[in-house]
Amino acid sequence: MQDDRQPILSVRNLKTSFFTDEGIVRAVDGASFEVHLGQTLGIVGESGCGKSVTALSILGIVPRPGRIVEGEILLRREPENGQAQEIALTSLGDSSSEMRSIRGAEIALVFQEPMTSLSPVHTIGNQIIGAARLHRKLTKQEASELAVELLSLVGIPRAEGAIDAYPFQLSGGLRQRALIALALSCDPRLLIADEPTTALDVTTQAQILDLLRSLQEQNGMAIMLITHDMGVIAEMADQVVVMYLGRVVEEGPVDTVFGESKHPYTQSLLRSIPSIHSTPKVHLPTITGTIPHPYNRPAGCPFHPRCPDFIPGVCDHHEPELQSVGDEHLVSCFLYHPVPETSS
Amino acid sequence: MLAYAARRLVLAIFTLWTVTVLSFIIIQLPPGDFVDAYMAQLSATQSNVSEQHFESLRRQYALDRPMYVQYLKWMSGVFSGDFGTSMMWRKSVLDVIGDRLAMTMVLSLGAIILTWAIALPIGIYSAVRQYSIGDYVFTFIGFIGLGVPSFLLALVLMYLGFTLFDSDIGGLFSPEYQLEPWSWGKVKDLLYHLPLPAIIIGLSGTAELIRVMRANLLDELRKPYVITARAAGMSERSLVLKYPVRVALNPFASTVGYLLPYILSGSVIVSVVLGLPTLGPLLLGSLVAQDMFLAGTIVMMLGALTVIGTFLSDLLLMWIDPRIRFEMVQ
Repeated sequence: MQDDRQPILSVRNLKTSFFTDEGIVRAVDGASFEVHLGQTLGIVGESGCGKSVTALSILGIVPRPGRIVEGEILLRREPENGQAQEIALTSLGDSSSEMRSIRGAEIALVFQEPMTSLSPVHTIGNQIIGAARLHRKLTKQEASELAVELLSLVGIPRAEGAIDAYPFQLSGGLRQRALIALALSCDPRLLIADEPTTALDVTTQAQILDLLRSLQEQNGMAIMLITHDMGVIAEMADQVVVMYLGRVVEEGPVDTVFGESKHPYTQSLLRSIPSIHSTPKVHLPTITGTIPHPYNRPAGCPFHPRCPDFIPGVCDHHEPELQSVGDEHLVSCFLYHPVPETSS
Repeated sequence: MLAYAARRLVLAIFTLWTVTVLSFIIIQLPPGDFVDAYMAQLSATQSNVSEQHFESLRRQYALDRPMYVQYLKWMSGVFSGDFGTSMMWRKSVLDVIGDRLAMTMVLSLGAIILTWAIALPIGIYSAVRQYSIGDYVFTFIGFIGLGVPSFLLALVLMYLGFTLFDSDIGGLFSPEYQLEPWSWGKVKDLLYHLPLPAIIIGLSGTAELIRVMRANLLDELRKPYVITARAAGMSERSLVLKYPVRVALNPFASTVGYLLPYILSGSVIVSVVLGLPTLGPLLLGSLVAQDMFLAGTIVMMLGALTVIGTFLSDLLLMWIDPRIRFEMVQ
């Protein structure tokens, strides 16, 4: 809001790998992007492309045997006395008290499955109060008032009664609202929403997206929206990051990426959205092939085995890098920039 | 809630009734009756007893009547608090059982509490630190605990106690308190003797519960609500204890129900080996002698304990799991 050019969160060349017995899985392999206050960054890609692991990496809660192997995650603190402060989250220990004071307080997460993302044996109120009192000095009474306030803020009817409800007594949409209330309990500046609408039916999806947008307008927080749904991105995002196999393949403002998509992967994703103008009873275009198994990552550009514009001898030998193709528009593809000279 | 309790009560009475019928029939299934067993025993010691004595014995205990008559006679006594006469001991069954029921309960309770106290923390540790050295060590010890019969362990410990510490670890009381009436000294003496038999009896149950807790908790630790709590900034320790452990306790609580009878029946041989004044050795003796009123009463009491234990574990489940609570009230 105040300073649009300075991102609240910058991720630079993030690499997170899982060291399993069968081999190393590079879940995130050099992702870079920025999130700004008051804006929504959409991260889109097929299942298994590293979207969720990116979110967990930012929060420092990548489960074992995974860990961040390279890269920087910088969180910018609100200018106090005009002095902005940048904290390298990657340099803090995952379970250090500093990291814990950031988790939930400054960066909050809404996880993808409303059915199982709340403890089944604790009341909604208990879980929100517990989260609020972790970071704020509140008495139980104040925290419980806050919980009621939050629950009505996210549009749960009869919020006073809902704090005593157990998750199994609420519908999927209400549970997702309760989860959002929990995430908002400490007034975070960045909300990471990991597939917040995937498990919900379409009308509920629209309501939850509306809710996120109006919350953003009210408190000016940044939202990082992770989804595989291009429609959700088009509706919500200001900036888009398209990921494939742990890499960012295209990045830019939402209009540019949708209007003038450059990367063949983005183009294929957009083609596979059903349109009201398309001819009836014709198969939707799909992306040929399947996502390669993470242990057998293709050499060169990871997308080349499925790419319609595959250049033999180039794409399977060299790794493209994210480079500018226009105003704030970045693409990593050899169709748009030269092949590195060093031949292998 | 009241309707639920009433329903449970009716079911419990029906279950107990079935238990008495079945146990009465099964005890009488072997050929012959108590008097035959008694005769065989007497002729082995070559005592001379007249045929008439046996006949009068048979008539006294109604052994010459059909089985259902015997059962009805016994049951009508049970309703007025008379559980019949032990033919072997020639005393009323209740007098024979005496303190033993209480002793059995104390011992079982001790074993269950020890089982829980040991199994819970180890199970949690093994799950949270899965595949750590500690986990492997506990798994190894746990499998030994499951594999070694507890009476063997009792023998080994008795031998070690006798040779190394020159103390007799059998029994629940020191010799000087054996026949004394209850006093503070006797209670202290009991508490002093209790842990070892309790550990021996509870060992295999402990090993099993460690595995159960570990598996449950591992399942729960992968659930998204753990990530939610982690992302909220909770410390790992309080997070694990507040959420997944709480949910993982669920199947744990339902094991209490069968733990009680399991420990009772499993402890028979251990009780014989250690010379414990519990129901186990008495039940064994009464079955060998075909002393059906004594055996029937003990089996009925075990049945009652099972029913009560199951009811308690259901109450416990309702208390810790709101999902079950709501389901049952409706």
